[in-house]
Amino acid sequence: MAGAGSNYLNHEKGIMSWLTSRDHKRIGLLYFYTVGFFFLLGGIFAMLIRTELFSAGMQFTPELYNRFMTYHGVIMVFFVIIPGIPAILGNIIMPLQIGARDVAFPLVNLMSWYCYIAGAALGVASLFMGETVLWGIFGGADTGWTFYTPYSIKFSAANITAAFAAFVAGFSSILTGVNFVATVHKLRCPGMTMNRIPLFVWALYATAILQVLATPVVGITVALLAMENIFGIGFFDPELGGDPVLFQHFFWFYSHPAVYIMILPAMGVISELITAFSKKTIFGYTAIAYSSLAIAGVSFLVWGHHMYVSSQSEIAGLVFSILTMFVGVPTAIKLFNWLATLYKGSIQMQSPMLYALGFLFIFTIGGVTGIFLATIATDVHFHDTYFVVAHFHYVMVGGTLMAIMGGALYWFPKITGKMFNESIARMSFVFIFVGFNVTFFPQFILGAMGMPRRYADYLPAFESLNRISSLGSYVIGFGFIIALYVFINGWRKGAPAPANPWGAKTLEWTVPSPPPHENFDKIPTVTAGPYEYR
Amino acid sequence: MWWIPAAAAQTFMPPAATDIAKRVNSIYEFLVISSLISFVIVIVGLVYFIQKYKRKSENDKTAYITHNYTLEFLWSFIPFVLFMVLFAWGAKVYWDMRVSPEDAMEIHVNAKKWDWEFIYKNGRKITSDVDDKGKRIPPTMVVPVNKPVKLIMTSIKLNPNDKRDRAVLHSFFVPAFRTKQDIVPGRYTALYFTPTKVGNFHVFCTEYCGTGHSQMLGMVKVVEDNDFNNWVLGSEGGGPKELSMADKGKQIYATRACIGCHSLDGTPMTGPTWKGLYGSDRQFNDGTSTTADENYLRESILNANAKIVKGFTANQMPSFQGQLTDEDVTNVIEFIKSVK
Repeated sequence: MAGAGSNYLNHEKGIMSWLTSRDHKRIGLLYFYTVGFFFLLGGIFAMLIRTELFSAGMQFTPELYNRFMTYHGVIMVFFVIIPGIPAILGNIIMPLQIGARDVAFPLVNLMSWYCYIAGAALGVASLFMGETVLWGIFGGADTGWTFYTPYSIKFSAANITAAFAAFVAGFSSILTGVNFVATVHKLRCPGMTMNRIPLFVWALYATAILQVLATPVVGITVALLAMENIFGIGFFDPELGGDPVLFQHFFWFYSHPAVYIMILPAMGVISELITAFSKKTIFGYTAIAYSSLAIAGVSFLVWGHHMYVSSQSEIAGLVFSILTMFVGVPTAIKLFNWLATLYKGSIQMQSPMLYALGFLFIFTIGGVTGIFLATIATDVHFHDTYFVVAHFHYVMVGGTLMAIMGGALYWFPKITGKMFNESIARMSFVFIFVGFNVTFFPQFILGAMGMPRRYADYLPAFESLNRISSLGSYVIGFGFIIALYVFINGWRKGAPAPANPWGAKTLEWTVPSPPPHENFDKIPTVTAGPYEYR
Repeated sequence: MWWIPAAAAQTFMPPAATDIAKRVNSIYEFLVISSLISFVIVIVGLVYFIQKYKRKSENDKTAYITHNYTLEFLWSFIPFVLFMVLFAWGAKVYWDMRVSPEDAMEIHVNAKKWDWEFIYKNGRKITSDVDDKGKRIPPTMVVPVNKPVKLIMTSIKLNPNDKRDRAVLHSFFVPAFRTKQDIVPGRYTALYFTPTKVGNFHVFCTEYCGTGHSQMLGMVKVVEDNDFNNWVLGSEGGGPKELSMADKGKQIYATRACIGCHSLDGTPMTGPTWKGLYGSDRQFNDGTSTTADENYLRESILNANAKIVKGFTANQMPSFQGQLTDEDVTNVIEFIKSVK
């Protein structure tokens, strides 16, 4: 053990000490840098999409638009939102919250980051493959993030490489999942029973189970796709006797649980933020904890709601519709529990809390519009229109991204040992929140009007709403530039942070900011639940 | 339902041009209203709590409330009931949307990268056109008002002989009819609608299919009965110059040796007769059975050994995979359907 003032950031120096670090906090930061880079990249593709759609007619070319759309989806889903909360905030905070010195398998944790990097490198490389569409160097996949067959079987190196990138990144997700399940089971400190772990840990635990069980399916699917391409074995290609719809079943069997891999950790963050900033014990701890598990369980049984009109049987469609309705119940329970937690609290509107309340606002809209899509008769109309685009951005971006931002600000003092500039952080919230709603709310209306998604061009009737949406996206972009400034400025020039700036009760706030290399000098013993505010 | 301010919700939807569309609208309006109510409850609660319980000092005491079973039961049970109502309502409308109406007029739809072909049974084929300025004129499917229509759809390759190309997924979507169905290469999918409004309605491709996806537009033109008959007779648009689909199929029947093994009069030969085949119940050697629909016939033409009808032997018929184009197969099926 190094002397006083030593923490995980400075106890070893040099780039190699980071690249070979097995400290969960350092690995979390490695993820933060890389995921942050891909978030910017995916954001640039989003702006390009919105720029193309600013006016009817073509601003770029359809070939380019299709690649913007594909890379925005692939990057944001596989390289930003899926690893986002578990690999950054989960890695750094979860062991601290359960009173552990590290995760169960520190080396595996490092390996998961290298899997992520390998997948990311393949993803970037695929941009330069295939038919070139820009300046003679840029090509890339144009299948959309869903890689639907038979379109993705057209002998394009770019398509296969991009799919393979998702496959490799999947291993990073599996390794993180295995690690977290083992950590939650084996490394809780004395007295930290399963009924005393913070709800963020519960959410990560439910997510980890999904990561371990669902992600291999996407791996198998990509492997089958590769075998079909290389050896001509017919799985999905009708010309070889395969079934293209089978691919959709495989794909959504993973990618639907993946939706919950994206949102469950966000819900965990929100539980932490709401209790900390209303200084009140959580309402319905058990209900929130078990509803995470319920959502995780049911999420395996609803993949067919992406396929109501895919030519799967009508009976299957009805079964998937009713099962999807079941997901709505635990989700509603969580929302009401958070609301009830505010009742008779002592609420302080700091910027992390603003993001948490922004989450409640946006997620409520995302949630109720989910019922529009679960109801099978209305989904037939909304399927593959902008209504769906708006819905999942309300859930994924409005939900997960709000939680990432709120969580990142909340734990920023713990991670960096510095305070950020509160008023600029609030400003970032205003821009992101307003920009978000301006961007995506009009898309519900466009969807109801019948505008299909993934259109490089549209009828003139859709122009004015698209214009509003595009303008909104630039506002979001500006908001994130401000947020980036808050992080950089806070880290460089922020005032030193106390151990517990928010007066929160979970264990991570009992150690100094930033925490020492192995978190706790002496492993704590816990005698009460995580939110003992009285 | 009196409390639904229908106008508000309908504003955003295109005009409903079928009865099903109107029923979908009712569900949609119910969803909009109940969502608005839930949203207002949550947000008003949120804002009220934020105001009322604003932090006054760092030493504020807060209530220690861990749960309330009555409240928790209510906010689980009420949404659950609402969701079940919506499920059942949606299921009923969906079911009616998807059941083949009696005596539907059949029109074939071929989707390809990136265009539509609408083929009537009399052989008339509607394709897209190009105007003087080189701008694409989308193909227009003409249908009579108040008559049920069944679309039999498949996806085909631009050039059947191109081994590197693949037919891909498409989806036929008419917003005004609130209905949509994916089109899958290698099989037929069906879509039903009964237009109740005369007019022109947009057709969009809603399954991503590549570069020309957003240009893959079409029209459905719903006309009065008389106008439709005139149109079919050819007073508008030239009339049928081609053989009917069934007649084209009959030519294949004669020239591609189907005739050697399949009778048209009910006599079993090496293979089952085609008389009354379509729509009949097929019992197979392995004990399974199915109704002879378009997809069954297609499979039997392309891969005869997949299902062997009771009383017949396997390995008698060659595979026609790659021997017949998708259009040929469809024509043969139409011929089989005509042999009653």
